[in-house]
Amino acid sequence: MATEQLKLRELAKKEVLITSGHRLCAGCGAPIIAKMVLLAAADYPVVACSPTGCLEVSTCISDYTAWKVPWIHSAFENAGATLSGVETMYRALKKKGKIDKEVKFIAIGGDGGTYDIGLQSLSGAMERGHDLLYVCYDNGAYMNTGIQRSSATPLGADTTTSPAGSVIPGKLQRRKDLTRIMAAHNIPYAAQASPSHWSDFIRKVRKALSIKGPKFINVISPCNRGWRSRLDDAIQLSRLAVQTCYWPLYEVEDGVVRVTYKPREKKPIEEFLKPQGRFKHLFTPENEWIVKRFQEDVDREWERLQKEESLYT
Amino acid sequence: MARVAAVTGNEAVAEALRQINPDVCAAYPITPQTELMQRFAAFVSNGKVDTELILVESEHSAMSACIGAAAAGGRVATATCGPGLALMWEMLYVASGMRLPIVMAVVNRSLSAPLNIHGDHSDAMGARDSGWIQLWSENAQEAYDNTIQAFRIAENMNIRLPAMVCMDGFIISHSIGRIEYLEDEPVRSFVGEYQPLNPLLDLDNPKSYGPLILTDQYHEYKRAQHEVMTRVKDVVLAVAAEFEKVSGRRYGLFESYRLDDAEIGLVILNSAAGTAKDVVDSFRERGIRAGLLKPRLFRPFPYEEVAQALKGLKAVAVLDRADSFGGYGPVFMEVCSALYPLAERPVVINKIYGLGGRDFLPQHAEEVLAELEEIARTGKVRVAKEYIGVRE
Repeated sequence: MATEQLKLRELAKKEVLITSGHRLCAGCGAPIIAKMVLLAAADYPVVACSPTGCLEVSTCISDYTAWKVPWIHSAFENAGATLSGVETMYRALKKKGKIDKEVKFIAIGGDGGTYDIGLQSLSGAMERGHDLLYVCYDNGAYMNTGIQRSSATPLGADTTTSPAGSVIPGKLQRRKDLTRIMAAHNIPYAAQASPSHWSDFIRKVRKALSIKGPKFINVISPCNRGWRSRLDDAIQLSRLAVQTCYWPLYEVEDGVVRVTYKPREKKPIEEFLKPQGRFKHLFTPENEWIVKRFQEDVDREWERLQKEESLYT
Repeated sequence: MARVAAVTGNEAVAEALRQINPDVCAAYPITPQTELMQRFAAFVSNGKVDTELILVESEHSAMSACIGAAAAGGRVATATCGPGLALMWEMLYVASGMRLPIVMAVVNRSLSAPLNIHGDHSDAMGARDSGWIQLWSENAQEAYDNTIQAFRIAENMNIRLPAMVCMDGFIISHSIGRIEYLEDEPVRSFVGEYQPLNPLLDLDNPKSYGPLILTDQYHEYKRAQHEVMTRVKDVVLAVAAEFEKVSGRRYGLFESYRLDDAEIGLVILNSAAGTAKDVVDSFRERGIRAGLLKPRLFRPFPYEEVAQALKGLKAVAVLDRADSFGGYGPVFMEVCSALYPLAERPVVINKIYGLGGRDFLPQHAEEVLAELEEIARTGKVRVAKEYIGVRE
């Protein structure tokens, strides 16, 4: 049931389990992602969990909550552990006959709480094999505290703690490839998705929920404040991330890699970088080398992913 | 019929947890708590309990998982000590702020640096302001009895707060002593069926746990936590009275030992109180009116009752197995706060002893009591705070 693809018409009929009226910025990618995840999961009773972050602080400010499903936030670095506690109590009570429903457990957290401070907790939850889905909305910096660099921040990006200055031209390090790290846990399902490719994204969430055990989906989440982009560009930028192969759409199911979308023509990385103010300083002669290196990194990773896929086809 | 056994403190608490059979336990191994969870894990592996065990990758995750499990709506227990408790610190406040009745055994251990695995009270004293109920235990018997009572206190519908049960690392956790176990059935009926409150798994009535609350309401939330703490004392006494009926063993807010007509007295927590009581006896045999107060409920601290118990004394020494560097020992500060409102009060001095597992010997208690005799006679204090049992 849940693995069947839903048509837009059917999706539109589902109840939206995160209400409007939350206080996320206009044009933010995170509520779009949270809404899509909950729409995809609408066939099940769901318990959700968020680490501290934009989505969390904006969706549950006492006495209001945007969550129409049971939801818990306990701290920043521990969504994996917190939700594994909820899921374990569910199993304990189910074993005792105190609950009979088939409940799904979904964490939705930003890159700061997932790639960085919450990585240990997430890794532990994945290794222990809890039956839960962790969705990361990756906007590539600590946006909630005011756009500080995270290990998800791309090379060259200008953030408030990696400012593009006269000596240092923004972030000097590449971003961490968390999706591969999660897949390396040998969990049954890890994937990368984008809100621009909603059908692929919804399918991945539904597939993940149909699989028992720990699952991880990494979703690119444009942030117009941090990316210094147009307010209405979130979907367009996430599409460019996919079309430039900066953010390839793929899944790793029981170790088998499958690229779920191959752009007919791979766009140059400049098309993703140029509309964003955080990369503006890269388009000067002295910083050309960063764009070049960025493109090389993207090319190499895209090649590697296709080679990995070819091992199984 | 009680079962008499010779067991370690860790074994005694593990046995209490077996009898209580919590729904979920999340824990991380750390010396000297390790044996406790090993024994409990064996109960799980051999089907002696129904508990789901979460073997997390850190104490921070242990407490986080306990929080998730307790919010989900069932009975939750864990155990830790020393640096493990320190790593949990952030989450201790979340557990109490969410009013989750988690019970945790704390096998008191010192904090680094330097690294030391032995017992002192720095860990639990560092957590004293976190909104947890704290029960302290002199020996394995008290640790066992306190663990059973802690669930009833924490889960009381008028309280709903997490509780930690403290016992001294190695000195109690690893030494074998005589214990009287209750049978399984009386323990299970004493603790009773878990009553969930606002469980996350009530899917038809979705709840949001852990909201953002800023300046408009946070202050009121914290006052509510203070107010619920003021109700704990009565519940502790009511649970103790019920427990006495089941076990024949009497518990209060603290133990008063030969205090009624005492002129000098010691205030001392946990295992060292056992040593000190023997010394009090020997002073009594010599006609010296010595006594001892051993706190049991340290949070909330029973100020009025402690003041009543100590008000007739001339001199009191508070012995702390933890220090607040640059301040006084934590028990000393509470005892002084308790005594200050009295018009006439004993002279109080502070001794720091036994850090990092340094032995507390009868001669240490003798020297302190002798100093108190001198203070009672002359009214003169040599030094307000001093380390004892120090190698010079």
